Amino acid sequence: MGRFFAQRVSHLLGVLVAVSVLVFLLIHLSGDPIRLLTPLDAKPEDIERVRRLYGLDRSIPAQYWDFLRRAVRGDLGESFRFQQPAMTLVLQRLPATALLALAAVGVTITVGIPLGVWIGSRAGSVADWIVSLVTFVFVSLPSFWLGVLLILLFADRLRLLPSSGFESSWHIVLPALTLSVYTTGLITRLVRADVHAVLKQDFVRTARAKGLNERAVLGRHALRNAMISTVTVLGLQLGNLLGGSVVVEAVFAWPGVGWLMLQGIQTRDLPLVRAVVLVVGAAFVLINLVVDMLYLYLDPRIRYDRGG
Amino acid sequence: MTAAVDAGLAPSPARPRQRRPLQFHVGMAIVVGVVLIAVFAPYLTHHGYADQDLIKSLQPPAWRSGDWSYPLGADRLGRDVLSRLMYGARVSMAVAVLSVLLGGGLGTALGLIGGYFGGWPDRVIGRLIDIQLSFPPVFIAIAIMAALGQSLPKLVLVLAFVTWVQYARIARANALSVREREFVQAARALGAAEVRIVLRHVLPSILPPLLVVGAVNMSNVILAEAALSYLGLGVQPPTPAWGSMVSEGRSVQSIAWWNTVFPGTAIALLVIGANLLSDGLQRER
Repeated sequence: MGRFFAQRVSHLLGVLVAVSVLVFLLIHLSGDPIRLLTPLDAKPEDIERVRRLYGLDRSIPAQYWDFLRRAVRGDLGESFRFQQPAMTLVLQRLPATALLALAAVGVTITVGIPLGVWIGSRAGSVADWIVSLVTFVFVSLPSFWLGVLLILLFADRLRLLPSSGFESSWHIVLPALTLSVYTTGLITRLVRADVHAVLKQDFVRTARAKGLNERAVLGRHALRNAMISTVTVLGLQLGNLLGGSVVVEAVFAWPGVGWLMLQGIQTRDLPLVRAVVLVVGAAFVLINLVVDMLYLYLDPRIRYDRGG
Repeated sequence: MTAAVDAGLAPSPARPRQRRPLQFHVGMAIVVGVVLIAVFAPYLTHHGYADQDLIKSLQPPAWRSGDWSYPLGADRLGRDVLSRLMYGARVSMAVAVLSVLLGGGLGTALGLIGGYFGGWPDRVIGRLIDIQLSFPPVFIAIAIMAALGQSLPKLVLVLAFVTWVQYARIARANALSVREREFVQAARALGAAEVRIVLRHVLPSILPPLLVVGAVNMSNVILAEAALSYLGLGVQPPTPAWGSMVSEGRSVQSIAWWNTVFPGTAIALLVIGANLLSDGLQRER
């Protein structure tokens, strides 16, 4: 356990350094960052003064070191547009994104797992065929387009649900559904394949032979085995959910970090974009750590210390 | 996606050639169809993608307007939706094919070097793979595209940069196990140069699983390109891309649904084709 934890922490630090380098370089990727900070008609001496003010006259490693020292203290500079610390803005918006991602994971688990177990236990039936087809389409849909279609149908035509913003709990329905469609399709297909494979194994035949009813066979044996790959894939998908939430938040004007980042991009507000990337990158690393810990609980065979 | 893919990805001994599953053929037909439309777009339609005719602004599809010179209707500027879809296929296919080739080439090369030669290059490459797998790819692509500025070559580069690690991971793992196999040992015993062993013996035997990764990545890259275009971070107007067509159509979606529904359908159809293709390839193995 101890060695495993040390390994994870060293990995985590490596990733955080990589994130910080990427975030630092973002501002230099766009060319001379001074262009973003000064008006187009600025005089050369003004440009030089701004360059010194922001420390942009020093060498790149020196600038990175300075950036890192501030970042560790949570200081990522001030947003050009909002005139507030970028970090504060991001942390304010983080709960909305977390809520949206959690809602999407919730839909995925409550729909995908039972559905996968159900059709996995009757592979080859008409129900299996239909659900497999539908989930195949689910994993092929662009999420922003699905969001636009749902708005067209449920908000514009039927007037059942709100299309944008976050004023009541009804506002989360359409964005959460949109964000969850891909993962729901994926998990359903995965659980189906797992259950189908597990049901052919000897220990399931033994369980049936000793008179265990089908419900218990599915619940205790098939489902538990399917959970491991489900957790793995859900863990990997959390990254896609974060990436996807930028798009979905844009479609539904959801006030989370993704939308904040897009606002930052549109107004060339690079401190803001930097802060979002850094916070989301760090959050993603922590989530991965939690997923790894979950395996220990789910699969007693996995022991990270014995070379595994 | 990754775990599902991994299942069939160990190098397998040569088996007698089986008939390819139906999915493979349907998927191939869709993808090849889109490629043909992209290549021959100028011959398939007499409208240019930027030809405006304001009188035709927001004209409905032909079955409602009776005007078959605009089969799928027109957009706000009176541009033919079908023609723009055909030209838009060029962006989707160019980005998909080029970034899969570039990302796949880079990833395979690095994975092969790491897995076959071992030592410090492997430690560095392995560490890089580990670190990059901890990044959410689409999210990073959005951030980099925003900073770099938008153009087709930049789009291809960025998508290759966020996907190379998928190939590198599989190439490295397979090269590690192939290195110990008899035919590689035999080649070495015969005194073949290392470069020759890698290119003539190791690479061909790890290629099939990499093809599957490529097919899976193709659908991911098409979706990523569409999303970036939708956000305005892809190819810039007036060049049509399916994703940007959906976002342009949003401002008029309540009165002109054909501006959002058709481009989205085109993306979904192409992704379905790519997914069928990769599904078929995985089942074949």
